[in-house]
Amino acid sequence: MITKRIIPCLDVKNGRVVKGVNFEGLNDVASPVELAQYYSSCGADELVFYDITASAEGRALFTDILTETARKVFIPLTVGGGINTVEDFDRVLKCGADKVSVNSGAIRNPDLIYQAAKLYGDQCVVISADVKREDGEFRVYAKGGRENTGMEAISWIKRCVDNGAGEVVLNSIDTDGVKKGFDLEMLEAVSNAVSVPVIASGGAGRIEDFITLFQTLPKVDAGLAASIFHFGEVKIADLKAAMAAAGIPTRV
Amino acid sequence: MIAIIDYGVGNLFSLQSSFAAIGEEAVVTADPAVIAQADRLILPGVGAFEDAAKKLRDSGMADVIKHEVAAGKPMMGICLGMQLLFEKSYEYGEHEGLGLIKGNVRPIADVIDKGLKIPHIGWNRLIVKKPSPLFKYLNDGDCVYFVHSYYAADCEDSVTAVAEYSAELTASVENGCVYGCQFHPEKSGDVGLKILKAFCEI
Repeated sequence: MITKRIIPCLDVKNGRVVKGVNFEGLNDVASPVELAQYYSSCGADELVFYDITASAEGRALFTDILTETARKVFIPLTVGGGINTVEDFDRVLKCGADKVSVNSGAIRNPDLIYQAAKLYGDQCVVISADVKREDGEFRVYAKGGRENTGMEAISWIKRCVDNGAGEVVLNSIDTDGVKKGFDLEMLEAVSNAVSVPVIASGGAGRIEDFITLFQTLPKVDAGLAASIFHFGEVKIADLKAAMAAAGIPTRV
Repeated sequence: MIAIIDYGVGNLFSLQSSFAAIGEEAVVTADPAVIAQADRLILPGVGAFEDAAKKLRDSGMADVIKHEVAAGKPMMGICLGMQLLFEKSYEYGEHEGLGLIKGNVRPIADVIDKGLKIPHIGWNRLIVKKPSPLFKYLNDGDCVYFVHSYYAADCEDSVTAVAEYSAELTASVENGCVYGCQFHPEKSGDVGLKILKAFCEI
């Protein structure tokens, strides 16, 4: 039985983790490499590095960080942020990323997913979608959730999967930051529409939210979160023990 | 020294780093002289079978590998590198492999329940079928990381472990000094590193 994955997401700006964290045994709380090693040792099944750097210098720093992480951390690593071209895929894959997630880049250039999947394989391409309800419909947002594209979300995600995206990260803007649980309704709609793995993002506040997610929607493959892990509100080891106790297939 | 055979497929950075992490020197090489000097060989691989098999033959690496293995040098194929060890693959047609292990590579869609996702992607438990030196440090219930849409079939004699995905999918194989892992030990955390360490101690 394939296990349900728990994925911490690290926002990286100018080579540093953006959100403050404080764990025992971590010398440098803003070092992506140290934090990645820490999460890996706690039982994280995969890591996402999200590059929110705008400058070219920052981007070079990011790839250095990536290389250093891939040297030390031996779990799958997904990279997102600022992926607009096939060259961007190449840049991060060479530094040790296993998968690359695209968001606004695919909205600007819908051909990007097809081109990248052909070159690197479907398993390498992740479509990350920021989705919000509007007049009873799910709409896709771009630019980190700031811009309404007007596109209907389910058909957009289906189109990305048809073009070769091998995995979907669904981030609900409606539940993001609210910490009252994942957006089960939105996740169900997407899970029913595609046959590739779906990763839930946005809304987790406590361990029970992950249990509810996997018990209510067995089709969802993974849960992703950032700040609740970074601030130690949810400890990955505790989360995985609770999942195993609840009978959810878990790597412990 | 371990030679990671370079025949123009995939990114070998993580694989090389994983050996460094267990204190083993690993070089990425296509030089037959270096491969001859190596104590052990790794046959990596990602992508499509037909393309990889062609590159192995065209680069001359197929003959080099067969020569080294015939002399008893331990070799481990990883992911597509494992599938290439078999006689034939049915991935988009019918393609010949190295034939170092008896069996064929078939779509997992043939054997798994409808509705399950393809590829078989994520962490799954290793179910040991036969003792193997690779499992020297393995504990019951250990999980490893898989990403694949095809699996090794018709190879009962060489299967050492499987993963359960509504059907039992071949996870590792062994025939003499030839080993294969369908999963990625270099992406399987400490469990994966221990499997690589065990391979280095064969």
